[in-house]
Parts: sequence; structure tokens; C-alpha cells
Amino acid sequence: MGARRKPAPGGRSRAGLRAAGDGGRGRRPGGRPRMVEADLVKELAYAVAFMTALLIVLAALFSSPDEPTLTAQQVAARQPAAIAQVALDALDGQGTIASYGPPYNHGTGSLQSLGPFSPQAWAGVTIPVDAARAFVLTPLERMLPLDPALAAPLRRFESASAARRAAWEAAYARALARAGQGARFPIPAPGAGPLAPMLAAYVDLARTGALEAVINLSGRVYQTDFTRALLLLQDQPLQSVAQRQHLLGSEWGMMKEPGNYPGAVWLWFYTLLYQIPPYNASSSGDLMVGLTVGVVSLLLLLVPWIPGLRDIPYWVPLYRAIWRRHYAETEER
Amino acid sequence: MSDRNWTRAVRRWIESEVPLEELLPDELPAYVDSYVYLFGVLTLSAFILLVASGVVLAFAGPDWWHVSGVGHFVNSVHFWGVQAFFFFMVLHLWAQFFMAAWRDGRGANWATGVLLFFVSIVAAFTGFLSQQNFDSQWIGLQGKDAFNALGVGSFFNLLNFGQMYGLHVAVVPLIIALLIGVHILLVRAKGVVEPIPVDRRRRGGRDGRPA
Repeated sequence: MGARRKPAPGGRSRAGLRAAGDGGRGRRPGGRPRMVEADLVKELAYAVAFMTALLIVLAALFSSPDEPTLTAQQVAARQPAAIAQVALDALDGQGTIASYGPPYNHGTGSLQSLGPFSPQAWAGVTIPVDAARAFVLTPLERMLPLDPALAAPLRRFESASAARRAAWEAAYARALARAGQGARFPIPAPGAGPLAPMLAAYVDLARTGALEAVINLSGRVYQTDFTRALLLLQDQPLQSVAQRQHLLGSEWGMMKEPGNYPGAVWLWFYTLLYQIPPYNASSSGDLMVGLTVGVVSLLLLLVPWIPGLRDIPYWVPLYRAIWRRHYAETEER
Repeated sequence: MSDRNWTRAVRRWIESEVPLEELLPDELPAYVDSYVYLFGVLTLSAFILLVASGVVLAFAGPDWWHVSGVGHFVNSVHFWGVQAFFFFMVLHLWAQFFMAAWRDGRGANWATGVLLFFVSIVAAFTGFLSQQNFDSQWIGLQGKDAFNALGVGSFFNLLNFGQMYGLHVAVVPLIIALLIGVHILLVRAKGVVEPIPVDRRRRGGRDGRPA
């Protein structure tokens, strides 16, 4: 076993070459390369010392970003109409999550496919989120012991027909539009039936800072999954903050950090695809981007075995600069 | 390998493939004389610093660095460590690409390196999602659509903090450490790739291409 040949002894030390017993197989005439003393352990130690110093200096000079999360409480304090709109969108199915599709529900609003190819549909509903129930009705029901007056409107809304609910929702949407984004709550909402007291209570619940916690209630003390609470502000509230900070997907958002900090620049290719057609013009852009990145990743992984790709280094003779001293030395010989 | 003693067989395999003088050589070919060869060790040193600062952050718990000045500083070291790690890793990757470092049976070296790059992206991504700040909130909500579209949104749920945190502090670093170990072993087992031979007869064309 010890006599097994190495295909390329190039970088092996003299001892290694002797051990391999080939003394320079597969190389140019001229034999074994000139060897010089090396100290890899010292090199690593120096590199760690250098890196420690570098990172301490960078951390001291530039710190790091830590912008707090956006909460329903903040939104309710600044713009209560936005929270009422979130609740209304969840109830009438207009919100992104309400109509999303798998893995949250059976909607089709965010369902992506390329012809019959739709892994999203195949995966099915695995994290069930009924937006109306999860974001609005259940949290309000949980508040009933503290606000018993809400019982009657809630009962009336939940026992109403779909058409009746839709009429109330439309009336409330008109009232919200009339009141404007800066409206003080509660707003007058003629024709909105039980929705007026329900959504006034909902805004109050958001003002307390407890809305996300109530949405996330699982009956267990310990919990580490905030999926439902995080989905709540998906639409206008978060979008508007991200837009102000130029973090939208259409503005290279996935590779940016808030402020002037460097972000995930290594995602440049992934982010680039979102800026160009056909990806940015398709309702299945995410699926197309995911598949493209998958294919390109596979190509990168398999470069050594792909003719053409593996020849690029020979066409771009950067190696001549890297090994210039070696080539000069070889020429002299 | 006809030996029925697994221990002996493994020892012989290691002695043959990665003898100590290869694992820790005290001499290298003279052509390993370029700053290009520092990118790999700088990437490794950034990883060591990431693990060290990450251990401090993990030990103190995910809330600590939001409320402590010292914690924020350690987080800053971790943050810039990520930038340095990727900076030197990408330089290393492109340098190895333009050196065609996969030649002479070194394809696995290249593949483990590219795998390391991909797993490191997962590490950084789960790190962003573990921060419990606006960054996590926005990246999670934006990024979930791609994973949902690919049908893996519940298998890899960006909004599940417990899952992202566990992956970030334990699972992914372990995979990276293992891959780094394999990558370095492969480099040491095969030796540093030789310079691309320059075929003088074909100078001016695609010279240097091995026959």
C-alpha cells in the first residue's frame, strides 16, 4: 500500500517525494522543483495574530449594525391606520399572507410554478396560517377576558355570512381610506358593523406591545419559532421601512445591511438575477432564480470536469503573474 | 486493502496518504512564493476568529449583545470576521480557479473548496437570521419566498429562530470545520499544484495547456 503512486507530487516535500517513490512523476523535464524551507505553523499563528488585530481595529472603528425589529406597537403608535389595514387585509384575504399559498395555506397569490413544475405546490401546506384567524380573530378572542364588551361584535362577525362580512369589510376599507394614514383611532366606520369595535380593539391591543406575543401563543412557556408573528407585518409596515432604507429586493436588498455597512456581498449573483429580466418580470421569479443559482452552483462545483470551463485559466493567463518568478527562473535555466 | 484489522488498515492508509512530513512539511516548492498562497491561511484564521467570537456570543446567549457594550463589541468582531472570511475565501477561490488548481487529480480539492463556499453562505445566512433585529426580520421575510418557491420553506424555515440559531451555532460550523479538515488533508495529501507548464512551441496560442 505504501508504494501507491501519487498522480501529482508537485507540492510534496522532498521526504514526501521519497515516500511516494516517484521523484517527480508527471512533471516537465527538468525534474523536481527547487524546495525552500517553510513553516506552516508559524504562518498560521501569524495569520491568526494579524486577523485578531485587524478585526479588533475594524470592530472598534466601525462597530456593527443592530437596528431593532419593527413591532406592531411602533406601527400602532405612529400610524394606527396601518395596523387596522393589516387586520383588514387578513380578514378580507387581500393581504400577502392571507392569499399566499403553500406552505401557509391554499391560496395562490404567491404560488410559483414553471408550467407543471411547482415544488411549492407539491410540498403542500406544512406551516398552516389562516391569516384572518391567526392574526386577528384568535388574538381578539384571547383578549376577551380583559375586554368582555368585544364578545358580542366578535360573535356577530364570526356567525355572519361571507357576503355580509365582505360588505362590512368594504365599508371599513372605505372608512380607512377616508380617514387617511394619519388618522387617530378609533375612526368612524359607518356600515362596517362589528368591524369598527373589533379593529379599534385590535389597534389598542397592538398599542400594548402584546400583539405579536398573543399571535405566537402556543400554550407552551418555551418557544423559539416566531413564524406567525413575523408574518404579521409582511406588507406595508415592513415594506415602507425597507423602502426608506433602500433594502427592497429590487434594490439589491438581499446583499445589503441597514446603513452603510457591508452586507452579504457574496450573494451578488443571486441578487443580480432579481434585477434583470426575465427574473424581475415573472411572478415565479423566486423559483427561476433558485433554479438558476442551483445550476450555476453545480457548474462551479464541477468546473474541473467540464471542458471549456476548465480551460478558462489558460485563456486568462493570470497564472503567469502568480508564478512569474518561477517562470523567470525556469527560463534562466 | 486485504488486512482484516480495520485499525491497522486505517493507520496504514493514513501513513501512506498523509504521512506527518506531508501534513506538516518544513519545506515547500519554491514556486509557492506568492501572496496568493496566503489567502487560504487568512481564510482559515478568520474562521478561527469567527469560532472564538461565536463561542463568546453563544455562551452569553442570543440577547446579550443587544444590551451589553462588550457584547456589541464581540458581535462587531464576529461581523467583521464574516466579511474577512468571505473576502479571503473568495480571493482564494478565484486564485485557485485561475491557477487551474484542480489539475493532476486535485478535483476533490476544488470540489470541497466550493462546497465550503456554499456551506459558508448558509452559515452567514443563518447568522443574519439569528440576530433577532430588523436585519433578521427583513431578510427572513424577503428570503422565505425563494425557499417556499423551491418547496423547502418548512424544511428550512427562515422565520423559525430556534432552527436558524441551532443551525448557525452548531450544525453549520461543524460541517464547515469538517470540510476544512478534509480540504486541508486533500491539499497536503496531493501537494501544492505545480505551475501551469508553458509550452514554448505553442507560445502565442493557448500555451501551457497540458497535452
